[in-house]
Amino acid sequence: MFSAFRIIVARDLLLAMRRRSDVLTTLFFFIIVVSLFPLGIGPELDTLRLIAPGVFWVAALLASMLALEKLFFVDYQDGALEQMLLAPQPLSILVLGKVLAHWLVTGLPLVLLSPLLGLQYDLSTATIGVMMLTLLIGTPALSLIGAIGAALTLGIRGGGVLVSLLVLPLYIPVLIFGAGAVEAEVSGLGGAGHLSMLGAILLLSALAAPLATAAALRISAE
Amino acid sequence: MSGRLSLYRFSSPAAFYPLAGTIGKIAALIAVVLLAIGLYMSFFVAPTDYKQGEGYRIIFIHVPSAWMSMFIYLVMAFWAGIGLVFNTRLSSMMAQALAPTGAIMTFIALWTGAFWGKPMWGAWWVWDARLTSELILFFLYIGFIALQGSIDDTRRADRAGAVLLLVGVVNIPIIYFSVKWWNTLHQGATVSVTEGSSMGTIMLQTMLIMTFAFWAYSIAVAMYRVRSIILEREKDTRWVSELPEVRR
Repeated sequence: MFSAFRIIVARDLLLAMRRRSDVLTTLFFFIIVVSLFPLGIGPELDTLRLIAPGVFWVAALLASMLALEKLFFVDYQDGALEQMLLAPQPLSILVLGKVLAHWLVTGLPLVLLSPLLGLQYDLSTATIGVMMLTLLIGTPALSLIGAIGAALTLGIRGGGVLVSLLVLPLYIPVLIFGAGAVEAEVSGLGGAGHLSMLGAILLLSALAAPLATAAALRISAE
Repeated sequence: MSGRLSLYRFSSPAAFYPLAGTIGKIAALIAVVLLAIGLYMSFFVAPTDYKQGEGYRIIFIHVPSAWMSMFIYLVMAFWAGIGLVFNTRLSSMMAQALAPTGAIMTFIALWTGAFWGKPMWGAWWVWDARLTSELILFFLYIGFIALQGSIDDTRRADRAGAVLLLVGVVNIPIIYFSVKWWNTLHQGATVSVTEGSSMGTIMLQTMLIMTFAFWAYSIAVAMYRVRSIILEREKDTRWVSELPEVRR
């Protein structure tokens, strides 16, 4: 079971490395969205510092949502998904492997790049640290929850727009606690409570979301 | 034993179709009568609130619709779960039939809430925990309707919608509490929906009558809608072609 998980992760990472432009698209989407806000709002650093947590998190939400389309679609098209459905290993484990690989490719780069963008918003080093931590805990949860939506809309016309309608309401708790932790840290309240909640959401979604995704995949590929 | 069997009989669309018609008619009648009584009481019998004036009468519409909006989602998730587990066609049709009513109730609750908020709080919209979570509930309804609408294969649409509903039900408490916590942390809006005097007896009675009227309305509309869905999906079967209203 564990070897199947490892093979799936390695396979998806290899496939992603063969199509690097897909990976970069998500990353640059995040960078562009974050860079657009100062242009729209104005360059006052006091304002930017205030809105930075919200902007970063909303941009991460949108980037994660846009990347969902690729999660199962290629496998669905070339028939690999059907083989996974037939595999003796539990489908939820395979789904977990795919989501992990997907996060490593689309989520982790955002986390690693966020300090650089944080400098643009004149955030302090401590704030940037907390921001990275929240993104590190929060973005895997986004990928896990989003996988359900991606599986449900597999192969449907207009699936890309539909997935945003399904997934974004479910992302709200992650957004609240992710941005809330950074804000609480900035205002001196301490973000530990928010971080714990974020961790709880991650654990819950790691347990439940692969099962729901597996059920949705079986329905979609029927 | 025979009693149980006869109840299960109604899980067949063909057997449920005439029953839905009867229930729909009775519920529609009850809804009209209760709405007439309830509206009369809310406009002419219930006294003017000494603090909020006449504007408070909006709650006779607002509170029942907000209750229904939450309750209908649970009922939909219940039917969706039954449909997913037992593979019964009718359960999924019930979930589909309830969705527009639930969305409308959510919309009415938000709309009347805005009308109430303007004179009471001086703002159409406040980022209060209840308002925000009601708005998110509205999004969840729209998502369900959109998902069902965009899948042509009815079996897949039913089952995909069921998974979405069940995921939504698990998420609703998480969303509600996160929004609530977010709201108390920000302390932006100092008004609270929950504050307020204890309600007078007549006001409470009026609100209960209106609530039952909304219940009856929802049941009636859902029954008529489920009849249409049954006809649409079973249009190739013999029992549908033999119905008097179809043959005509």
